[in-house]
Amino acid sequence: MLKFVFKRLIEAIPTLLVLILVSFVLMHAAPGSPFTGERSLPPEILANIEAKYGLDQPLYVQFFHYLGGLLQGDLGPSFKYKDFSVNELVGQSFPVSAEIGLWAFLTAVVLGVLFGVVAALKQNTWVDYGVMSLAMTGVVIPSFVLAPLLVLIFAVHLRWLPAGGWNGGEWMYMLLPVLAMAAHYISSIARIMRGSMIEIMHSNFIRTARAKGLPAGYIIWRHALKPALLPVISYLGPAFVGIITGSVVIETIFGLPGIGQLFVNGSLNRDYSMVLGITVLIGALTIMFNAIVDIMYAYIDPKIRY
Amino acid sequence: MSLLSIKNLEVHFSTPDGTVTAVNKLNFSLEAGQTLGIVGESGSGKSQTAFALMGLLAKNGKVSGEATFDGKSIVGLSEKELNRIRSEKIAMIFQDPMTSLNPYMRVGEQLMEVLMLHKGMTKADAFEESVRMLDAVKMPEARKRMKMFPHEFSGGMRQRVMIAMALLCRPQLLIADEPTTALDVTVQAQIMTLLSELQRDFNTAIIMITHDLGVVAGICDKVLVMYAGRTMEYGSARDIFYRPSHPYTQGLLSAIPRLDSDDMAALPTIPGNPPNLLKLPQGCPFQDRCQHVSDICRYSEPELITTSDQRQRACHWLAEEQA
Amino acid sequence: MITNKPNSEAVSRFATQLQEAPAEVEGRSLWQDARRRFMHNKAAMISLITLSVIILLCLFGSQLGDFTYDDIDWNAMQIAPDTASGHFFGTDSLGRDLFVRTLVGGQISLMVGVLGALVAIVIGTLYGAMAGFIGGRTDSFMMRTLEILNSFPFMFFVILLVTFFGRNIMLIFIAIGAVSWLDMARIVRGQTLSLKSKEFIEAAHVCGVSTWAIITRHIVPNVLGIVVVYATLLVPSMILFESFLSYLGLGVQEPMTSWGALLNEGSKTMEVAPWQLLFPAGFLVTTLFCFNFVGDGLRDALDPKDR
Repeated sequence: MLKFVFKRLIEAIPTLLVLILVSFVLMHAAPGSPFTGERSLPPEILANIEAKYGLDQPLYVQFFHYLGGLLQGDLGPSFKYKDFSVNELVGQSFPVSAEIGLWAFLTAVVLGVLFGVVAALKQNTWVDYGVMSLAMTGVVIPSFVLAPLLVLIFAVHLRWLPAGGWNGGEWMYMLLPVLAMAAHYISSIARIMRGSMIEIMHSNFIRTARAKGLPAGYIIWRHALKPALLPVISYLGPAFVGIITGSVVIETIFGLPGIGQLFVNGSLNRDYSMVLGITVLIGALTIMFNAIVDIMYAYIDPKIRY
Repeated sequence: MSLLSIKNLEVHFSTPDGTVTAVNKLNFSLEAGQTLGIVGESGSGKSQTAFALMGLLAKNGKVSGEATFDGKSIVGLSEKELNRIRSEKIAMIFQDPMTSLNPYMRVGEQLMEVLMLHKGMTKADAFEESVRMLDAVKMPEARKRMKMFPHEFSGGMRQRVMIAMALLCRPQLLIADEPTTALDVTVQAQIMTLLSELQRDFNTAIIMITHDLGVVAGICDKVLVMYAGRTMEYGSARDIFYRPSHPYTQGLLSAIPRLDSDDMAALPTIPGNPPNLLKLPQGCPFQDRCQHVSDICRYSEPELITTSDQRQRACHWLAEEQA
Repeated sequence: MITNKPNSEAVSRFATQLQEAPAEVEGRSLWQDARRRFMHNKAAMISLITLSVIILLCLFGSQLGDFTYDDIDWNAMQIAPDTASGHFFGTDSLGRDLFVRTLVGGQISLMVGVLGALVAIVIGTLYGAMAGFIGGRTDSFMMRTLEILNSFPFMFFVILLVTFFGRNIMLIFIAIGAVSWLDMARIVRGQTLSLKSKEFIEAAHVCGVSTWAIITRHIVPNVLGIVVVYATLLVPSMILFESFLSYLGLGVQEPMTSWGALLNEGSKTMEVAPWQLLFPAGFLVTTLFCFNFVGDGLRDALDPKDR
């Protein structure tokens, strides 16, 4: 098992390098520059500025320079906000996104698995139909439709919850964004879990367990749950990416000072170093998370471990 | 009194295309420590009979009729009551040892949980008892293998685990559903020998479900031949094997390859396929494949008749012969 | 042993019996069977009909209104739905007819959805089938590439592309299609691999069925099923993708519109003019619902496991 974990983590390194390289090249291939704004600067000053950020050097030198910075955890200076480094800007907004994303992710997994199991065990009863209709609704309503609707109902009409803002992460302010973000994934996980649970409950080894005279609850808990979770675990990678991506819209709607907002503003302002930094950060998180998912998968399925 | 006696057992499945009668008016009985063979092709209802006894039928299945085990009815019991019979009184092993063990649990855990839940043993006791049972089924290095996963075992070894698991609580009856079908021929023989040795040691009655009459010949006391959910012939293994009287039994027997036969030319087969249970023909279900078919078989279904030599059979052809 | 002459005769006799026997068990082809099951699936059939209505409405319905999508009705700015004025769904804050804009936006959304799915399916099927058929090192290299691509935060790349290179509907197609073929490739590869080693394919080989016949009679129908199902489920996610970009203001250019762009405008004014949010949202959600139900229905119909 340890060997597997080690191997999987080593494998992530080349992926990460490719990611950084591609992002870097893409960013530098983009037309225009952050300094060619509305008013054109005299060429000498432009050259000066470019020299300051090392943009006059050959691309590969810039790349290794950037990579060297990354190794020390330095994402470089922001091109737009002259007094801040990318690290500082990301450091302010990342915790906001992380907190909301984490809650959304946990909610999605716990509720999704719970609903899925209940629906599977009550297959073809009204409980099943009810849960699954709800899940279908959750799957098809995009977060950017759900979020305004939630605001309309809970903030504008009922006045139970604030319509937006962060306020230092008070739970009242997190509830609606987390729900809007998680709804789609609760539903997807519930659908996946129901399907795999039904399949497992029809498998031969569950029949064996029943023939052994084990109580139904024990069979579900000890025999069925782990294998039924495997497809859900495979889905966690895409779900993670989806939740990060969704944060762009959710943060805009609720006015949260998170990394998604930062990214959109950064790309509109052509703040290359910031956009590059965020892309690399999110890519690295995704790669790391995929590795964790694989390790979890291997933990449950003994055939993969060896 | 018999250990198990079955009267008019029927199994019905409701499907979108209509009700299927998988088992039709089945009767048999089994004494303690004896072996009954149930023989038939795929889809003849032999496995469904076993599932009906264990309460393992699919959700759309329904049992009717009587099944008395050790003096108590076991038809229509609640899941809770069934769980007190399963493993403790009646145990079952399955056709496919590759998929019948939980691939995500260590073999030891799968054995120990039976003892801990049924006998209330502690973990340590259950471990020792499980090792002892693995030794009994001749599993080499039993102690080490307790920590392994099923995919690290060969097919024969997995079936040994299944057998050990079934015998942990010393059940009075073991139902073996085609226990050797998925295994190599040499391993088949080992498993069959093992089963008959264990039967002697533990004095367990066995219902051996198989499509292979050759398997039955070795170890069974009585044989029940099933076709399309019905009894075709039922009697002592000796009679059925040496003097088969139903055309279907005769067909099955002649389809066994024999080493002592010089005639390599043609291994006879029974032509055709078992009938679609949704569209059974009027009359005898075997009529289209029977070489002795006559007019009466086309409109009247033969009754199961007990003959002088304590054997039961359902066939017009023989009924005519004797008349 | 099987080469022994009498035995091979017996085998061939057995084979003819096998061929003659199943006559009584009426044969239904996979597709006939699937169609029958699909027709019995009420949710899927209703969805299919609803979907057809929406598509026809989007294509031809804009002729029904008296306005075009960029006409500004100076007398009716942000008015509520009303049949008398001819603005069935009301107007937006610039006085443009929402009914026509919703339908025209639907054209764009549906087109992006279908074309995006098509791009994804063509690339994904080719890539997956190639990896599966060739196998070996090529396969593992191709799958490794796929894995790397899978770790990329693509939405961020797309946002970048669109902001850097300007908004362009073609760019959106390509970006969306290029992102979504990964899963398709994986599915097709898995199918191809498992089919290659399936007993019935081997059996067909052994019985002397030609390669062409194996491909057309066994492999294509088996892969086609899953491709069709996946395509149906891919279209709504493509529509969603486009709406997402449009919602961020990165999609189609004004005055042209799409459902996502309309939702964006609608959510800004939802407190005073909720219809501007609700009508496009209703159309979008209904369409997504229908595609999902049809996809599920197709999957249930084509998956012989659940028989």
